[in-house]
Amino acid sequence: MAVERFPVEAGHVLTFRRALGHDDAERGADTSTGMPVPVTFVQASAQFDPHYVLRPHPGEEWFGSAAGPGFTATGANGLHAEQSYEIHQPVRIGMVLSSTERPGRTWEKVGRSGTLHFSELIVEYVDEHGVPVVTATSVGVRTVPDGADQ
Amino acid sequence: MTLLADLEVGASRTVVLVEDLTRTRIVQYAGASGDYNPLHTDEPFAREIAGFPGVFAHGMLTMGMTARAVTDWVGEDRLTRIGVRFSAQVWPGDTLTATLTVTEVAADQATLALTTTNQDGTVVLSGTATCAV
Repeated sequence: MAVERFPVEAGHVLTFRRALGHDDAERGADTSTGMPVPVTFVQASAQFDPHYVLRPHPGEEWFGSAAGPGFTATGANGLHAEQSYEIHQPVRIGMVLSSTERPGRTWEKVGRSGTLHFSELIVEYVDEHGVPVVTATSVGVRTVPDGADQ
Repeated sequence: MTLLADLEVGASRTVVLVEDLTRTRIVQYAGASGDYNPLHTDEPFAREIAGFPGVFAHGMLTMGMTARAVTDWVGEDRLTRIGVRFSAQVWPGDTLTATLTVTEVAADQATLALTTTNQDGTVVLSGTATCAV
């Protein structure tokens, strides 16, 4: 996800550490230490992407259930197959990151339920000075049943 | 946290990441990460629209918990790379256990193999991590 401004905030790190089960999650709220954050925390930059497709937006229809069960949304029907992070420097509370994204490799594999289409997305996170912080590579997969249009 | 000198090839650690995973824990991760995909938190959507037996955890929750086990061992600012593959879904009620094994030690880094399994022994995540020593 491309994000112009991703401030690494203590309270956000606290909630993230709690969700992962860190038994010292409250350390995440200590703004005095410059402590490193969980390596997967950059994924939470989604909170700062104004157009993130996997978050409801005011005035826009959400594809999850309400009175009815919801519907299949364009661009949200894949699954997460792989994820990696190259850490060039630890992310610390107080940093302000930004990110850019680019597509990577694509490939296909025939599975039992159809053809699996894999695609890479590479996200580069840099600090306030443009210095690389983390390179994140995700692989998404969507299945096209045999005989179906893509 | 371990002494880095203890990271020798073959050294291993097994960590229970979560017992009896709750739906609320999945919601907690959705809120913190910002990934509100209803596949993970919305039973009617997961069953009736997506065709799954029910909601299942974000792969990134499993990866984050596995990474927690790694950094609890080697130190939070020593990790230089981590990469994983999600091989099976994680469902509410699952108990996950990570096994971390040192596979290579060089002058300035160590490589660990990561495997996370559920209560049935099914591998839900596998990968590697590299840390500076």
